[in-house]
Amino acid sequence: MAEAMGFGHSVKRKEDARFLRGRGNYIEDIKFPGMLWLDIVRSPFAHAKIKSINKEKALATPGVAAVITGADLVPYKLAWMPTLMSDQQMVLPVDTVMYYAQEVAAVVATSRYAAADGVAAVEVDYEPMTPVLDPHKALESTSPVIRADKQSNRIWHWEVGNRAAVDDELANADVVVAEDIYIPRIHVASIETCGCVAKWDPVEGHLTLYMTTQAPHAIRTVVALVTGHLGLMEHKIRVISPDIGGGFGGKVPVYPGYVLATAASVLTGAPVKWIEDRTENLQADSFARDYHIHGELAATKDGKITAMKMGVVADHGAFDAAANPSKFPAGLFSIATGSYDFQKAFAEVDGVYTNKPPGGIAYRCSFRVTEAVHAIERMVDVLAQKLEMDPADLREKNFIKPEQFPYKSATGWEYDSGNYKGALDKAKAMIGYDALRQEQKEKRAKGELMGIGISTFTEIVGAGPSHTFDILGIKMFDSAEIRIHPTGKVIARLGTKSQGQGHETTYAQIIAEELGIPEDDVAVEEGDTDTAPYGLGTYASRSTPTSGAATAVACRKIKDKARKIAAYLLEAREDDLEWEKGKFFVKGAPDRAKTIQEIAFAAYTNHPQGMEAGLEAVDYYDPPNLTFPFGAYICVVDIDRGTGQVKIRRFVAVDDCGTIINPQIVDGQIAGGLTMGMAPALLEEIVYDENGVNLTGSFSDYLLPTAVETPKWEMDKTVTPSPHHPFGAKGVGESATVGAPPAIANAVVDALSHLGVTNIDIPITPPKVWAILKEKGVAL
Amino acid sequence: MIPAQFQYAAPASIPDALALLQSNPDAKILSGGQSLIPLMKFRLAQPAMIVDLNNIGGLDYLRDEGGWLKIGALTRESQLEDSALVREKYPLLYDTTLSVADPIVRNRATLAGNLAHADPANDHPATMLAYRAQVVATGAKGNRTIPIDDFFQGLFATSLASDEILTEVQIPAPKPRSGGAYMKMERKVGDFATAGVAVQLTLDAAGKVEYIGIGMTNVGLQALRAKRSEDALLGELPTAHFIERAGLFAQQDCDPNADLRGSVEYKRNLVRVLTMRALEKAVARAKGNG
Amino acid sequence: MNVTININGKEYSDDVEPRLLLAHFIRENANLTGTHVGCDTTSCGACTVLVDDVPMKSCTMFAVQANGKTITTVEGLAQNGKLVPIQEGFHEKHGLQCGFCTPGMMLTSVAFLKKNPHPSEQEIRWAISGNLCRCTGYVNIVEAVKYAAEKMAEAQNG
Repeated sequence: MAEAMGFGHSVKRKEDARFLRGRGNYIEDIKFPGMLWLDIVRSPFAHAKIKSINKEKALATPGVAAVITGADLVPYKLAWMPTLMSDQQMVLPVDTVMYYAQEVAAVVATSRYAAADGVAAVEVDYEPMTPVLDPHKALESTSPVIRADKQSNRIWHWEVGNRAAVDDELANADVVVAEDIYIPRIHVASIETCGCVAKWDPVEGHLTLYMTTQAPHAIRTVVALVTGHLGLMEHKIRVISPDIGGGFGGKVPVYPGYVLATAASVLTGAPVKWIEDRTENLQADSFARDYHIHGELAATKDGKITAMKMGVVADHGAFDAAANPSKFPAGLFSIATGSYDFQKAFAEVDGVYTNKPPGGIAYRCSFRVTEAVHAIERMVDVLAQKLEMDPADLREKNFIKPEQFPYKSATGWEYDSGNYKGALDKAKAMIGYDALRQEQKEKRAKGELMGIGISTFTEIVGAGPSHTFDILGIKMFDSAEIRIHPTGKVIARLGTKSQGQGHETTYAQIIAEELGIPEDDVAVEEGDTDTAPYGLGTYASRSTPTSGAATAVACRKIKDKARKIAAYLLEAREDDLEWEKGKFFVKGAPDRAKTIQEIAFAAYTNHPQGMEAGLEAVDYYDPPNLTFPFGAYICVVDIDRGTGQVKIRRFVAVDDCGTIINPQIVDGQIAGGLTMGMAPALLEEIVYDENGVNLTGSFSDYLLPTAVETPKWEMDKTVTPSPHHPFGAKGVGESATVGAPPAIANAVVDALSHLGVTNIDIPITPPKVWAILKEKGVAL
Repeated sequence: MIPAQFQYAAPASIPDALALLQSNPDAKILSGGQSLIPLMKFRLAQPAMIVDLNNIGGLDYLRDEGGWLKIGALTRESQLEDSALVREKYPLLYDTTLSVADPIVRNRATLAGNLAHADPANDHPATMLAYRAQVVATGAKGNRTIPIDDFFQGLFATSLASDEILTEVQIPAPKPRSGGAYMKMERKVGDFATAGVAVQLTLDAAGKVEYIGIGMTNVGLQALRAKRSEDALLGELPTAHFIERAGLFAQQDCDPNADLRGSVEYKRNLVRVLTMRALEKAVARAKGNG
Repeated sequence: MNVTININGKEYSDDVEPRLLLAHFIRENANLTGTHVGCDTTSCGACTVLVDDVPMKSCTMFAVQANGKTITTVEGLAQNGKLVPIQEGFHEKHGLQCGFCTPGMMLTSVAFLKKNPHPSEQEIRWAISGNLCRCTGYVNIVEAVKYAAEKMAEAQNG
């Protein structure tokens, strides 16, 4: 029999077996007889009136079954749908298109090829309108209001902290620094795009929706709420999230394509498949970031930071379709105090409508924490430069100290645990920080440009707790349902949904740790709303903090019952039994023992009279707090003065995610996260031209790094468990994406700081760097 | 992204292919297809007919013959990459091939197609200018040889007639004391050049430049020859002074557009820097140190 | 047009439009869904298959061009149920997360290791630069390829 491994073991992934053989079951792999394909006509304009849509030629195209327009959806009240942020969004426009590549009509046909031909044959007559693209201008009183159903382009204003106290400090402090920092619009670009297969059963009135979603249960509820008026009830809706080819936040929202495929299935009575192209994915699906930040810090002459202020203009596109908890329109941006002990802090964000695609999702991060971390980690460096202090020393001076935890921040968060200096010391030692500073000094004397950048970030992941966090009113708990079969094998079902994180293995390891049942004996299932317990899904690094915790708690419930059964079998008192991984034994008589497998068998064959048969438990875990993973990253760059090319010479990442379940999976998450942090720092950006046309709508211009551009990451850990999590884990899937960009940006700015450069907005591209070199007179 | 419908023919011989081209003026020739097929998927190209050369045998050769390196119409980039002859004797071609697209695309893409497509962003045109290569066009009336300087005729345009096929590329074998290098700035693997510079040169016994060719990638409507840069070096010792002059001329003589890859000023400067670096590397190689 | 393509040792014949992409023939006509499509621009390499043992992006070839050719997809890697070294390597070294790019990565690597059985880290990175991965940061993919190289060398040395 296989052994139970549990925590700290690099158990090889259970899910690999199918992926290695090409037997994964992704959305595009799902087929049904008689299935139709849906393809979408998209707008070539960022803002335009639709004068007419002529379907005739499309309907005459061989294989085309139907063409759906906004007007067709109006009678069903489906031309608009609600967003997660209590706004509404067009499924298809009735008269006005609001952004480039917006869905304008849908074509349903017998094949993917026929559907594409049908799309090419739909004739739309547009009257172009001037688009509003600059969010700052959109806020001016002279700007046209782009939404006919709104009074203003300002979606909301949100603020937290003590503005008066902060302003007072900024006015009176020894030293004040201010900087404008733009974090551009980017796209998660998982290698699998989005799609669905909608299968309507007209006889049963039942909808099965196979869908690339990170949150199947929430989707089912949303579908029920949106279509309830049409008679589609939640018990008649089954959402199945199959294997997901990467999510990173991009598969949280509901896109019009899903709704259109569903409507088309109801209309035609056939299963309908919609799989978006990469081009559609990049041009129309939810973006991330797009934060225009103004940061200010006040400090004493010797480097004690006394106040922080952050102001943000957030470009949300044409609809507020961000994916944030309801009470947090700017996500968790208020974590912008970072790893530092600031007595006074204030942050404010204005959400703005523009003629761009909607979004504002995370890009492998927890609700705007990357924006917050980039802002504060850049600002700390700006201050260090002004004070002529080493940025490592300035950070150390302002860190929240280990003994201050749990630490209440000036913006209201309670940090669970941390040892920021411990992580920074380790990173400095790994990279040889002092020697690098010496080398930099020597290089500068020779005119060579080398920089060292630090990021000592704190994340905020694992939402709930439910008293604070909900999505459309649904509380942000999560769940596990564990059933032990008579032979001691297990099925575990969870409310989360893996997109590559390795849940099938990690959850099995939690069960192995808690119950001593080998990982091989555990089947893990997620993603089917008919079988899995209700949960909010996987994003914002919440799976281990929530469903992982639920798994442990459910195991402990099972263990409580197992103890009773063992006592019965061993004819001992319950409190005379001791637990050792995988068995109960009688204190002082270790050979009088019952294994969990024997107990499981007894639970169905020989359980005490009066006790319910079976051995299973469900737990809906409502975390008492968020978890706060952290890390210290140090990056060394060299700059080519001829081309402006930045080369990452070394990158050391010390992460702390609390208790580590599977070290290999954790390292895999960090290496992937570092790469997705490096990418927007150096390569990725969504760019629009002056007409609002997306210039980066394919992988030819939206630049995902290959193995060649990706540095060899050097990784290590410290372990500071979360005190409130059942086994001390914090969540790790996104830390590196959050922490890496400022380390790289700080390194580049550091290389140029002696020339008076204080900030360079990401992505830091060769032409951008070269223009600075030229301006400063050091370009070759 | 789904191509529009088209008629497809895969003739087994050049004469059959020529006959198809003559009777179907809207036909497009398909060799590696790594540029054409993506264009068709976006429906930016919608040829009525595709004449696929891939079934014609004997076109995938690489021959050292009569003072020329002869490369067939279906010789894949990866064949050039794997050839010891190319690596040792044609370092400029080797550099260039390695910078084309990515390794998988190179298994399919052809040098001939790279030239015939005449995309100014393609890498081989500048290299062929540097080599002063020539191409063989085969038509109904037989073969004609086109010097590379007469081949490119602007954006996506060549001097090939619509019923001609580029059947062979001929690169003159470098003399002793020759060296070459291709310097390409790209944003990532698989990207087109922000700018690229190809240099091929030969030094005489005294170390003076007796042959020089310099081509520039993606800084004009077609690959450009850096004529004044060549003239600046010809007959001179390739000292820092002359290399710098050559770089400055290239900077002035290129004609880039501003786009996502950079401003005009940036690209011009890049051309200067890359020209100098390619020259230094080519000289080092000519001297046997590269 | 009628085409017959040998995929993983089995012949698949069908009457197809000339414009049918090879990737779609493999996925739809042959029903081998391990070959994935991740972009429109021949950039991502998720669709990589071996055509007569050479890695090609099957989204940038027409099915009619593969008529009479022999193709290996991810489903054809394991022999008699036993994983080949590259598959073992991806498993042991955690070279995959979501698994979407994995088939293309493995097929590219198989052909690469035939050409270059003892590659350096840098050579591996260049060899897989036509395949995009969004999850792993490539670190463990490189390790997986190294693992396979060692395994194959061991097998050869007996």
